[in-house]
Amino acid sequence: MHRLIFVLTLLLLSFSTYSATLADYTFDDPEKGEEFRHVIEQMRCLVCQNESLAGSNAELAVDLRNEIYEMMKAGQGKDEIIKFMVARYGDFVLYNPPVKPSTYLIWFGPIIFFVLGAFALFRILRRKSLTRETVLSADEQQRLDSLLKQTSDSKDADK
Amino acid sequence: MNRYLLFSIPLVVFAVIAAFLYKGLSINPREIPSPLIGKSVPEFSLPSLEQSETQISNKDLLGKVYLLNVWATWCVSCRAEHRTLVELSRMGKVEIVGLNWKDDRGKAQSWLRQLGNPYMVNIFDKKGRTAIDLGVYGAPETFLVDSQGIIRFKYAGPVTHELFNSKILPLIEELKTKG
Repeated sequence: MHRLIFVLTLLLLSFSTYSATLADYTFDDPEKGEEFRHVIEQMRCLVCQNESLAGSNAELAVDLRNEIYEMMKAGQGKDEIIKFMVARYGDFVLYNPPVKPSTYLIWFGPIIFFVLGAFALFRILRRKSLTRETVLSADEQQRLDSLLKQTSDSKDADK
Repeated sequence: MNRYLLFSIPLVVFAVIAAFLYKGLSINPREIPSPLIGKSVPEFSLPSLEQSETQISNKDLLGKVYLLNVWATWCVSCRAEHRTLVELSRMGKVEIVGLNWKDDRGKAQSWLRQLGNPYMVNIFDKKGRTAIDLGVYGAPETFLVDSQGIIRFKYAGPVTHELFNSKILPLIEELKTKG
């Protein structure tokens, strides 16, 4: 059984999808190679929308990888490549949408909802504590105490 | 707190989610707004599909309103679209320029012989480099270009008579009256 799991795990690792195809892109400067990998991982393959340019084997993704590779080889940086891609395919090509009016809801929506939720929670909790303080008079408090005592006494008796 | 108000919260949340999901049913994820609308057709100089010695550049196409249609013989929906394009060009509704994308010259030529040729001229983009400049991510794709060489409209997917009459034709008429 253990051996089977071991073999299956090995199989799984061998499918690290793009290491093989990306090995063809070599840079003299390892830092550049790192940057290349980083850039294509941030870009969406438009053919198969849920894959990155790094992970996709669609023909267009291969072409775009080659294009980006050539650009980096020619000394262009990350910003220039992002500009190149956005000018052709729009912001959609980026997994990280830029902050601008049409994307405010995406970026700030969660914060707004969090603040609204926190505010609502705060209001509800405060109201609860207020009502408890105001409703009980000294008399009632005494009754409550005796009732609580009763139930805790009888609990053992019930069992 | 008002009891009814409290109970209505889940209902409202449900309604909002349902509305978004319902809208999502009719959104086509392949329709991505093109950043090229309002921009010039990118510069290119490529051989024609029909004659490999003839070069066509973006400047050759200036001066008329035309449809730029990206197609390939390996593209299945291009075949379905092709008949519409042939009909449109036969009716003389619009001039169509083809961009033959990452295709085989022989195959593309025999496709046109067999199925009819709706194109004024065909650009042969073997490497797909000009298609990248046009932001093409699938075939067929169609651009409407005005006489100054500026892209006015883009559609990803097969052009139908319905789409042509409702979206493209009004734009063509508008562009032609403007000059």
